[in-house]
Amino acid sequence: LLRDEIKIKTEMLSKIVRAVVTQSQSNKYSAWSGARSTASLMWTDFWELSMRALAPFMTSVRRGGTVTEATFQTQPYKLHRLDEPPSTTSICSRDDALLFYRQMQIIRRLESASSNLYKEKAIRGFCHLYSGQEAICVGVKAALRSQDSVITAYRDHGWAYVMGCSIVSIMAELTGRTQGVARGKGGSMHMYTKNFYGGNGIVGAQVPVGAGVALANKYLENGGICVALYGDGAANQGQLYEAYNMAKLMSLPAVFICENNGYGMGTSVDRASASTNYYTRGDYVPGIWIDGMDVLSVREAIRYCIDYCTSGKGPLVLEVATYRYHGHSMSDPGTSYRTRDEIQEVRQTRDPIMLFKDHIIGADLVTADELKKIDNEVRKEVDEAVKIAKTDKEIAVQELATDVYLNPVETTIRGTTPFDPYTHRRLSKVANLH
Amino acid sequence: MNHVRRVFYRERLSGVLSQSFSTSRAATASQLTVRDALNSALDEEMERDETVFLMGEEVAQYDGAYKISRGLWKKYGDKRVIDTPITESGFAGIAVGAAMGGLRPVCEFMTFNFSMQAIDHVVNSASKTFYMSAGLIHVPIVFRGPNGAAAGVGAQHSQCFASWYSQCPGLKVVSPYSSEDAKGLLKAAIRDPDPVVVLENELLYGTSFDVSDEVLSKDFVLPLGKAVVEREGQHITLVAHSRAVMLALEAATALAGEGVECEVINLRSLRPLDEETIVKSVIKTHNLVTVEQGWPQCGIGSEICARVVESPAYHYLESPVIRVTGVDVPMPYAKSLEIACIPQPHDVIKAVKKVLKIK
Repeated sequence: LLRDEIKIKTEMLSKIVRAVVTQSQSNKYSAWSGARSTASLMWTDFWELSMRALAPFMTSVRRGGTVTEATFQTQPYKLHRLDEPPSTTSICSRDDALLFYRQMQIIRRLESASSNLYKEKAIRGFCHLYSGQEAICVGVKAALRSQDSVITAYRDHGWAYVMGCSIVSIMAELTGRTQGVARGKGGSMHMYTKNFYGGNGIVGAQVPVGAGVALANKYLENGGICVALYGDGAANQGQLYEAYNMAKLMSLPAVFICENNGYGMGTSVDRASASTNYYTRGDYVPGIWIDGMDVLSVREAIRYCIDYCTSGKGPLVLEVATYRYHGHSMSDPGTSYRTRDEIQEVRQTRDPIMLFKDHIIGADLVTADELKKIDNEVRKEVDEAVKIAKTDKEIAVQELATDVYLNPVETTIRGTTPFDPYTHRRLSKVANLH
Repeated sequence: MNHVRRVFYRERLSGVLSQSFSTSRAATASQLTVRDALNSALDEEMERDETVFLMGEEVAQYDGAYKISRGLWKKYGDKRVIDTPITESGFAGIAVGAAMGGLRPVCEFMTFNFSMQAIDHVVNSASKTFYMSAGLIHVPIVFRGPNGAAAGVGAQHSQCFASWYSQCPGLKVVSPYSSEDAKGLLKAAIRDPDPVVVLENELLYGTSFDVSDEVLSKDFVLPLGKAVVEREGQHITLVAHSRAVMLALEAATALAGEGVECEVINLRSLRPLDEETIVKSVIKTHNLVTVEQGWPQCGIGSEICARVVESPAYHYLESPVIRVTGVDVPMPYAKSLEIACIPQPHDVIKAVKKVLKIK
C-alpha cells in the first residue's frame, strides 16, 4: 500500500508540473524575457498548487514531513433506539497515533509470545488469545477517563495491559511466577488492577458484576462509568438480561459491550443465537454496532457512550464486530469450525493494526521508519518479558495460605492433612480498599 | 404439655424459653425479637456508614418479606434501600460489583433456597476474588436471609445451606440463634471487609430473647468465629447452630430433670468453626452429640465429628460421636411428616441416653 501511496504522489506531482508547463505555454510567461522572474513565478505557482493539493491532509506542517494531527472518517455505525450516531470523524494526534500503534503491536506480540510459551508448556491450563481484537481494548481505553472502570471475561490479556498492568507482570502471571499480576495465583483468566475487575472465568458473570460497579459509580457520584465486556457466546446468558433490566431501571452508567468475533468457542453465531444483532439484544436499552477493526471508530463510540451515560440516560449495549485469529483458547486449533482461508482473508484485508498503520502513514502522522522503530522496540520489550517470565521463580509454597481473607479470623489454614497446617498471612496492598 | 411444645414455632413457647435461657451476661434489661435485632443492626450500620445499603426483593416498599427491613426505606429512601426484580443471579452479581466498586451492600435472598440461582456469584464472584487477585480486590459484601426449614413450605423452600456455604474458603459464614447473636453477628458481618453469609432462620424472627443494655447499644458487635456456651454441664456436650440450639436447650432442660447435665454450645459461626471451644468442652464432658436441622450427609455435624476425632479430644471420648439431623429426604408438606423430618427434643434425648448408655 505504501507503493500505491508513492504512485499517487508521483501522479499528483506530474499533474502539477504539467499544469505549470501548460500555463507557461499559454503565453502567461514569455520564454526569454525576464527568465529569472519567470522561473520564480513558475516555482511559486508550483508551490501554491502543491500546497492546495496537500491541504486536506494538513493543518500544520512539521519539519521532518509529519503532521501533528489528522482527521479521519469513522466507519459507519448502526443504531438501535438512538437518533444520533457517534462522531463520523475522528481527530487523531500524532502522539495518539504512535501510542495506539504501539499498544496494539504490544498486545499482538504479547499474545503471539503467549502462544509460543503455551506450546512450550510454560503456560498451563487456559490461555485465550486476543490477536485480531486489539483495536477494541486500545480504542475503548483511549476514551476512558481515570474514574472509569472495566470488567471483562477470560480473553483479558490485552485489557490487563491497557488498564495498566506491565508486559512483564502479564507474562509472569501466565507462567505463574512471582512477578505476575496476581503473583501467579490467578493465571491467565484472573488479572486485576485498579479500576480493572478482571479477568473472569465464568461466562457472563462479569456482566451483572460490571453493572454493580456502575451502581457504585452512580451511588458515590464519582462520575465514572463501567464498561462490561462479553463475547457473542455469553450474549445469550440469562444474567445479562437481568443486568440490562436493572441497569435500565436504575439508569446505571454501564456500557455493555459484546465483542462479537463470530464464534463462541466452536459454535458460530448463527448456530448459537436466534438473533445475531447483538447491539439490539438489550431491547429497551439503546445500542450501537461498531466496526471493531477500526480503533478510532471504537474510540469515538466510547466517547459518545461516556457522554450518554454520564448525563443520566442509563446504559447502552454495544456490539463491536471483530475477529480472533487464534482458536477459542490454546486447546483449540480454530480450524475445525472455520476455514483457513477465512482467517487469512481477515488478516490480509481487515487486520486492525494494518488498517491503522495505513491510515496514519497515509495522513503523514508518522513515517514508516518510526513505526518500524516501534516494532523493534516492542519485539525487544516482549522478548525480555518472556525471558523474565520463564526464569522468574514461583512464590513459596507457604504463600498459598496468603490473602485468603483481608481480615482473617483464624491464623491457620488446614493443609492436606491435619498435621501440618499453614499460617494465614496478609501480604497485599489492596487496590480497592474501602 | 408435649403437644404445646411440638408447636415450636409459635411465639408463646419462645416466650417460655426466653425466660429460662437468658443468654446475656449482665442483668437483663429488655426483650428483643430476632426480627428487631436484625432491623436495628441494619439501621445502625446504615446510619454509621453511608456506603452500606440494602438490596433484595421487597426490602423497600413492602418493608421486607419477613419485615426485617421494616421502616428502613422510609428512613433512608430509594438510594439506600433498593427493591430488586425477581432476578437473583442478576442482583447478586450487581451486589458483588457494587462491593468491588466501593460500597458495602447487604444483599438479601428472600430465602437461601433462591440463592442457588445466584450461588455462582456468592462463590465465584465474591468469595474467591480476593485470593485470585492475590489480595488486590476485596469484596465487602453480606448475603443474608432465612435458611433451612420453615413451616409447611415444602421441599423447594426448606433446604439448609449451612454445609454448602461453610465449605468455601474465602467466605465467612454465621448462623445466629438468639437476638443477641443476630444483632452482633449481622453488625460484625457488615463491618467485615470480606464476604459474609448470614444464615438466619424464619421461625426465629418472631422469637423474643432477653438482651442486656450492651446488646442494645449501637456498637454491639460479636466476634466472628467464636462459639458461646449457652448452658454449662459436665456429662455431655451438645453442639448446635441456629434454631437447633433451641432444640438442644429444650432437651437439656428435660434431661436435667433426670440428672443429666448437658453442656450446650451455640456455634454462632460456621466458618470459621470454633473448634477450640468444642474440643475444650468435649475434653471436659467426654461425650458429644451434634444437633442440626439440615441433612445428615456432609452436614455440620459430620464436620464437627471429623474435627473432634482428629483433635486431642478424641482420646477423652467415652462413646462415639452421634449426629442428630434432619431426615435424609426432601421436606414433605404434610404436617406430621414435616415434624417427623425435623429433629425434636425426644430425638436429642434419645441420642444423649444412647451415648451415655442410660435408659
